Amino acid sequence: MLELKKIYKIFNKGTIHESELFHDFNLKVEKNEFISIIGNNGSGKTSLINIICGSLEIDSGQVSFDGEDITNKKEFQRYSKIGRVYQEPSIGTCTDMTVLENMSLADNKGKSYNLTRGIRKNRIESYKERLRELDLDLENKLNVKVGELSGGQRQAMALLMATMTPIEYLILDEHTAALDPKVADIIMKLTEKIVKEKKLTTIMVTHNINYALEYGNRLIMMNQGEIILDESDFKKNSITAAEILSIY
Amino acid sequence: MDIFIGILEQGMIYAILALGIYITYKILNFPDLTVDGSFPLGAAVTAYLMTNSGDFVSVITLSHNPYIICVYALIAGSIAGLVTGIIHVKFNIRDLISGIITMTGLYSINLRIAGSANVPIFNYDTIFSNSLMGSIFPESLLKYKVIIIATIITLGTKIILDLYLKTKSGFLLRAVGNNQVLVTTLAKDSGNVKILGLVIGNAIVSLSGSILMQQQGFFEITMGTGTMVLGLASVIIGTNVFKKAKFMKATTSVIFGSIIYKAAMSAAMDISFTKASDMKLVTAILFLVILVFSEGKKKKVKADA
Repeated sequence: MLELKKIYKIFNKGTIHESELFHDFNLKVEKNEFISIIGNNGSGKTSLINIICGSLEIDSGQVSFDGEDITNKKEFQRYSKIGRVYQEPSIGTCTDMTVLENMSLADNKGKSYNLTRGIRKNRIESYKERLRELDLDLENKLNVKVGELSGGQRQAMALLMATMTPIEYLILDEHTAALDPKVADIIMKLTEKIVKEKKLTTIMVTHNINYALEYGNRLIMMNQGEIILDESDFKKNSITAAEILSIY
Repeated sequence: MDIFIGILEQGMIYAILALGIYITYKILNFPDLTVDGSFPLGAAVTAYLMTNSGDFVSVITLSHNPYIICVYALIAGSIAGLVTGIIHVKFNIRDLISGIITMTGLYSINLRIAGSANVPIFNYDTIFSNSLMGSIFPESLLKYKVIIIATIITLGTKIILDLYLKTKSGFLLRAVGNNQVLVTTLAKDSGNVKILGLVIGNAIVSLSGSILMQQQGFFEITMGTGTMVLGLASVIIGTNVFKKAKFMKATTSVIFGSIIYKAAMSAAMDISFTKASDMKLVTAILFLVILVFSEGKKKKVKADA
């Protein structure tokens, strides 16, 4: 369970551009929930996940994982339980390194990065297996630098890499926004499959209302740092994209 | 013939420097000016240890042996890199400025270590001339002694680096220069990885300073000026000339880059109107020419400047 309690966040404090985004903001995310967060630009979606991951400091409040206060934990420490995929495919991969090297790098998360061989030969077959499932021909490109792959291939790899080792939370930061519709669909299906397989608690920020409605089991809409819609039974209540758009 | 031997000697010794700069500039993506201080630091440590050999401490620490002195130079350089790394990472100072701070401080430290601005070591054993080397090399090969020894050290450094870059730690180092965010999401402190890279890079740079000093036979405080430009030129020449040669490792390209650069310098200094004191000017102009002509590198320099 992930919990945000009494979060306050003011940007540009002490300047004429001072603006308060979060004022007593609270959010509880239960285990195995798949939350889709929508909202217009500046509504605080991305700030929210940055606060969860620790890449954005808060002025006051508390962030906790399973009851453990992690407010003072650094960003890199929090990622031991979090996998994150960004909007830009190149952020989730290392473009100068090969597919195989990237997979090995991600596979070692949580373990020591010591002076033993970076590529474990006995793992190559299992990497190939996972890449084959993507159906993007990546299993035949193990020695190709990731920078030479297409955006969709890279994002698929970023998703695989983020979820390769045991984690509890998956944070998706508009991870289909930079992709064409067809590839975006492939990535969303892959996301759903991985989330189910690994039983991940997921928070997905998206501008795509159809994805927000189709995937996930809880829908949150934000506006100016506040939650203006929080629906867990939206599938039962059959909310439509048109209804969402009307309050957008 | 002698001029080619000179170029190869210098090229091989400076190749070690270029390998160090390859780590910071290419792998870590860090324009590290510390090297202008850590290069003469290696030489200063060497000067101190050689001229103070014979006392009790030096017998225990084996610091009278020129080969062991190289190890001390490595350690001294790694400390210089550590300082720059801490300034940059822990105090949030910009990369260029962090290096300049360490470099400036090292000028005085190097003077203190060496004792004076110019220290000759002609009368001491070096890695190139000692009783062991005298007995190994036959008369006919004496002319190539420096090339052979420098090549062995350079290739050794290159092989160790190549092996390191294939380890898990090496992977992380390559990742941090390419994509710092990825390292953070791997639950690793990217700052510490950067510091490690600066430590390795400057250790190698300091080693090359020690070796050059042993070859030329004296330490001088100004030997660090332009080290960064010189090493970087070799790195850029190497990685650009051999860009298409995919079978060749980048570290190999850098070594060839250093030899090509020394040849170009030698040719430029051979022009009748250049004087020995024009060396740094020629270095700067040659570097500019290399930057302008290495297409594709342009954007990067702009972004870094």
